[in-house]
Amino acid sequence: MRKYVPKDSVQKKAYYTDRFHVVPSVPTQDVSTDEIFSKQLEILSSKVEIKSAYIQVGQMRVEINHQDNYKAIEILKNECGYEMMSEMSAVDYLAKDGTFEVFYQLLNLKERKRVRVVCRIEQGLAVESIVPLYKAANFAEREMFDMFGIVVNNHPFLKRIIMPDDWEGHPLLKTYPLQGDEFASWYEVDKIFGKDAREAIGPENRDPARIDRYDTKRFSRVGREVPFGADISNGEPETPIEYSTTFLVDYNASQTQLEDRK
Amino acid sequence: MQQPNRLSPFFENLNFEREDNTMVINFGPQHPSAHGQLRLMLELDGEKVVKAYPDIGYLHRGIEKMAENMTYNEFLPTTDRLDYIASTSNNYAYALAVEKLIGLEVPRRAQVIRTILLEVNRIISHLFFIATHALDVGAMSVFLYAFREREFGMDLMEDYCGARLTHSAVRIGGVPLDIPDGWMIALRKWCDKVDYELKHTYNALLEKNRIWKMRLENVGVLSSKDALSWGCTGPMLRGSGVAYDIRKEEPYELYSELDFDIPIADTNDSYGRYRLYMAEMEESTKIIRQLIVKYDETEPQLMAHAPQYISAPKEEIMTQNYALMQHFVLVTQGMRPPKGEVYVPTESPKGELGFYIKSEGEPYAYRLKCRAPSFFHTGLLQELLVGTYIADVVTIIGSTNIVFGEVDR
Repeated sequence: MRKYVPKDSVQKKAYYTDRFHVVPSVPTQDVSTDEIFSKQLEILSSKVEIKSAYIQVGQMRVEINHQDNYKAIEILKNECGYEMMSEMSAVDYLAKDGTFEVFYQLLNLKERKRVRVVCRIEQGLAVESIVPLYKAANFAEREMFDMFGIVVNNHPFLKRIIMPDDWEGHPLLKTYPLQGDEFASWYEVDKIFGKDAREAIGPENRDPARIDRYDTKRFSRVGREVPFGADISNGEPETPIEYSTTFLVDYNASQTQLEDRK
Repeated sequence: MQQPNRLSPFFENLNFEREDNTMVINFGPQHPSAHGQLRLMLELDGEKVVKAYPDIGYLHRGIEKMAENMTYNEFLPTTDRLDYIASTSNNYAYALAVEKLIGLEVPRRAQVIRTILLEVNRIISHLFFIATHALDVGAMSVFLYAFREREFGMDLMEDYCGARLTHSAVRIGGVPLDIPDGWMIALRKWCDKVDYELKHTYNALLEKNRIWKMRLENVGVLSSKDALSWGCTGPMLRGSGVAYDIRKEEPYELYSELDFDIPIADTNDSYGRYRLYMAEMEESTKIIRQLIVKYDETEPQLMAHAPQYISAPKEEIMTQNYALMQHFVLVTQGMRPPKGEVYVPTESPKGELGFYIKSEGEPYAYRLKCRAPSFFHTGLLQELLVGTYIADVVTIIGSTNIVFGEVDR
């Protein structure tokens, strides 16, 4: 059978994978192996439904329903001592099962424990804001909204944060190309010169490795430069470039100098 | 409201005569005290800030998106561009996250070198903080003196890895190079120099300076409760009296073996934070001195031996066929860490720098999230600036020590 490849993910793929390659997993431990974590999980599981919980690389990962995110984090903050939210964001699994994975990374300073609360959310649904619990979520949730388009309910100021306000598309989605989409290539042209100038200017080329060989001011192949202002409508003229002699090393002269010294 | 026409165009900076008699001022993104590309919109009532709205994103390069489209080793030099004041801290945080993901032990000599580099970078970054913070407040000469020592520190980094700012001095699995001849002597000299200058130049110029104290004391007061809630880490958190340093509490690398203190300040203001930075530099030189001794006791191995993930040393690649094949596969396809996710926090000079990596067993990370301390410190500005005077705004921004490479990413 052929392997299933998600079609709407434009993330770079490995160009070759061995047929017999088995993907190993990072080892996980049961929560009961850690005293503090198991106690905290007990408190949590008495009030919210836990979908899965395990310890990976020394940190507990708890999966819950997305409706419970505020409640679960409130319990972790008030009853388990997780005073700080280090990070929150999302992972795009739309191509696989149509969901986002939203994660909250919490830190307990007294017991030096870190826990990651994870919930799956379908596209189009919203998560509840945790800004009343952690003010750090203010910027982090805005960033998540900006990058993935996940709406956060009851956020005090849900607005794009990194991309411009009038941007279209959410850059960290797997469907968003690395070099930007059609909208991105016209954004600056439209903004600065207006839509009428599109034909005259052309789309912005966002390929960082692109070399315009007719661009005599910045990039061109050495020795193949086209003089500035030359008419290139009928192809490249065969004009040899004259280099300044100031910076060129005269090898013959230097060789004779060397021999003289000998 | 402004009514722009051809004769009086729209002034973005000023928005006079609002109904509530407040004035909106635009600060940045091109402003010498904005520490990069910070845009602040301030609503003023007289000279008091009523509302502050930090606007970021002017340095957004999509580094997290790039990480999803690069192999793990390819991405490492990109991390230099996060906190470009102390690049090695970023390289290290990223390398450590990948090492935790693949469960790798780093040779001891590499650990010593990495810890030295981290501390050198911490001093470089803190010197930069003192310099620019003093410059923002108006103490020009401190800037010149501190940049002098910082330049010597960057010379050391250049002697080690060849770059002043974008070091890439750490590799996944170890370090690429051993310490060059005479480097340790120069390092020890530099430590002595920094210690001397701390005491006799910066402290002498600032510590009891009346203007400096007037500008900093009771400015930008941040309670420990707010600091925790806003996700402040590093000197911002310790400046509010919470003694949490990841080097001490969740030790990584060699920090568990080293003898150093975690200075805290409980005045909660900018002056306390400034003193904290000074004290931290002293601790860093103390750490470096201990590490110089430890270096001599180590074996010369620099990179971990894990042929599945890490290329063999160059001599082996050049002489042994199998090592060459492994190297070829690792360069062309990239390493494939096991499936799983990891969040690894480290204590960068600015605070908690963590990398969250989600791997699906592919050579490209499925998701990489960089937890940058400055991002959360910028978020804090919207609350910290409210109620202060316009003259203190620059002091507070300087005191948070934000770097826009890692805010916008």
